[in-house]
Amino acid sequence: MLVNGKEEQFDGSLSAYLEARSIAWEMVVVEINGLIVEKHTYLTRMLQPDDKIEIVSFVGGG
Amino acid sequence: MELFKVGGKELQSRLFTGTGKFASKEIIPGVIEASETQVITMALRRVDLDQPSENIMNYIPKHITLLPNTSGARNAKEAIRIARLAREMGCGNWIKIEVISDHKYLLPDNYETVKATEVLANEGFQVFPYMNPDLYIARDLVNAGAAAVMPLGAPIGTNRGLRTKELTQILIDEIKIPVIVDAGLGKPSHVVEAMEMGADAVLVNTAIATAGDPVEMARAFCMAAKSGRIAYQARTGRIKQTASASSPLTGFLGDLNG
Repeated sequence: MLVNGKEEQFDGSLSAYLEARSIAWEMVVVEINGLIVEKHTYLTRMLQPDDKIEIVSFVGGG
Repeated sequence: MELFKVGGKELQSRLFTGTGKFASKEIIPGVIEASETQVITMALRRVDLDQPSENIMNYIPKHITLLPNTSGARNAKEAIRIARLAREMGCGNWIKIEVISDHKYLLPDNYETVKATEVLANEGFQVFPYMNPDLYIARDLVNAGAAAVMPLGAPIGTNRGLRTKELTQILIDEIKIPVIVDAGLGKPSHVVEAMEMGADAVLVNTAIATAGDPVEMARAFCMAAKSGRIAYQARTGRIKQTASASSPLTGFLGDLNG
């Protein structure tokens, strides 16, 4: 699967992935295959090998 | 001073500030306090999964209204995507539309901005479109449901001030929704100028973030926004070509030699 443009392997749910990467839910928004993933589905959304995942957060900007 | 009503809120401050270009995030809370700003912009980007850095949200007080921008968007479709992601963060429904495909001047694409505004306003966003001052586009933005229009003063980061003064004045005079001058304002005097003209608010990022002392500069910009607004409300005097004396023209002392 692709995460932020990089090829990765992971077996499990989106919430498990975020925990493995030490990413706090409230700091990010996740989009998979062009669709925003709602936070209440993080536990049940299983990541697939052909998923294209974008994990974004707010950063400084004008 | 009367409150600034925009986007469904009532604000005391007419100075919006940005969070880009700061040498370090630690400066940001002091800048926010000194500027007395109540609205702050930020961008949306990929998390660096290899090197996660501390999130900017940790530096922004809870009472601040966030105005995320759609920077990175080159067309309406990309702006709409970014806006929806930003709203999903759960920090409100304000969005600054920034659609730019020109890398040299970072001028906003007015037409794509109107398209994005229409879609997002229909989805319930409070839309703040960054635009190149043009009366027709501004009217289209009003019709599309924008909360305000944000004409540029000068290209982003140039600190060149109100280069678009006359065209921005036209918007201030003709457009009924708030006009917020955004980009290019480099000195507090530029902000005073914009507010004296009747702008409803200003947005400043580079001039504060890259100042020698950003906190003190934020303080100066705060005073500038207030000063300009008070002057506008107090209605400045007429501009004349010839002089008219400030002191009486009678009661002069007699000549020494008479």
